[in-house]
Amino acid sequence: MQEELFTSGRNIPNIDPSLEIWHWPISVYLFLGGLAAGLLFFAGLITVLGKDKEYPASVKFASIVSPIALTLGLLALFYDLTHKLYFWRLYTTIRIESPMSWGAWVLLIITPISFLWVMSYYSELFPKWKLNFEFLNTFEKFLQKNRRNMAIALIPLSIILGIYTGILLSAFNARPLWNNAILGPLFLVSGLSTGAATIILLAKSAKEKHLFGKIDLILIVIELGLIVHMLMGMYAGSEVQLEAMQLLVGGEFTLMFFGFVIILGLIVPAILELTELIGYKIPVAIPALLVLIGGLVFRFVMVEAGQITRYLY
Amino acid sequence: MVIDTLKCVGCSDCVVACQTENDVPIGYCRDWITETVNGSYPTIELELKSERCNHCDNAPCVRCCPTGASHQLDNGIVLVTGNECIGCGACIESCPYDARYQHPDGYVDKCTFCHHRLEKGQLPACVSVCPTKCMYFGDLDNPNSEVSKLLKNRKHKTLAPEAGTKPQVYYLT
Repeated sequence: MQEELFTSGRNIPNIDPSLEIWHWPISVYLFLGGLAAGLLFFAGLITVLGKDKEYPASVKFASIVSPIALTLGLLALFYDLTHKLYFWRLYTTIRIESPMSWGAWVLLIITPISFLWVMSYYSELFPKWKLNFEFLNTFEKFLQKNRRNMAIALIPLSIILGIYTGILLSAFNARPLWNNAILGPLFLVSGLSTGAATIILLAKSAKEKHLFGKIDLILIVIELGLIVHMLMGMYAGSEVQLEAMQLLVGGEFTLMFFGFVIILGLIVPAILELTELIGYKIPVAIPALLVLIGGLVFRFVMVEAGQITRYLY
Repeated sequence: MVIDTLKCVGCSDCVVACQTENDVPIGYCRDWITETVNGSYPTIELELKSERCNHCDNAPCVRCCPTGASHQLDNGIVLVTGNECIGCGACIESCPYDARYQHPDGYVDKCTFCHHRLEKGQLPACVSVCPTKCMYFGDLDNPNSEVSKLLKNRKHKTLAPEAGTKPQVYYLT
């Protein structure tokens, strides 16, 4: 038996008794970043494959969401900084070993592209609001010509953005719940899945709904597999990882994790999407919304539970 | 740094000295005392020790810092440059020892081994005030330094070596 007590009255705000350094804005950002990564990935992929006329929601309507999500996400990140006026220091250096530095630079590139992407569809998205300046029309034409180039850039950038939201957490070996290599791919797949769900919500044609229903179904199955791998990895891990896993399995986050993430956020939408694809009439907005809520709750669970886990010495 | 857990009485003098020397804001501390009870009655053991930033050789806080505010000097001391820090909290998340905190002014702060005193040839404040002289400070790379000799002759440990950080504060047991 070992018991450890702090005797100097150490009670530092946000550190003791457990970390509360990253608050809700981080969870919200991880969700919005993953969502934007998913949307931009599909927009890029569909365009590169030359199917943009067949699937207008994925390249056109849903792409309005990504710059909004990225802007809100960046505001959330900025809000959670405690030395805000020095944020520009992120862009005075490139630190290869720091996932946050990677993320900051990728965001600096991908956020403007997401805006330019919407701009290239401006006259189709907002036919009633004419651009009254000639140079804006010229600029839009220029963007339309370069849409394929933007799409080629978006595919790798969105994958880096999606993976980075997970690696941001998994790079901390001091927090055993986060410190597993599967978190990067898991967050990427979850982000792609929420992106597909958003496209399902915004799609008008049955064809597009079906395609993204299938994609989402595959992604959900992969995500479930990755979650099983994550839990198995921790189950076979060291003492600190076992303790971390117990927060999710039989601990205080069990209801949130199994109830809202795994059952309501993955299994139920997967069953609903499957029955819909077989031919039964189910409003696809239900599984899509469940996936989105599940994705958000998943980020909250991981960020909050991760900060409770630590090395005990 | 080498700390003798057999000599430490847990008086917290080091904590107060540090707070005074470094103008640590009220309610915060850069070093602290832990009291560890091992075993159960009647075979019971109490260990007292003063803890702080371990100035790890493989410092995760330096690695994850996105701006380079957290950096390591050639002599191994890990420091934070306040006006390069954006307060993202990544280094706090990365520290297995929870040795860092957010200063009320926003930037991240922690033990500096009293770098400003070392430059003047003085010892860190905590070492200089310890009434039982349980703390030793010196160059671990120099085999003839007091700290190197202590580690050669005494049983010692580091905190959470399994975290892979190569901590540089050694505890004599």
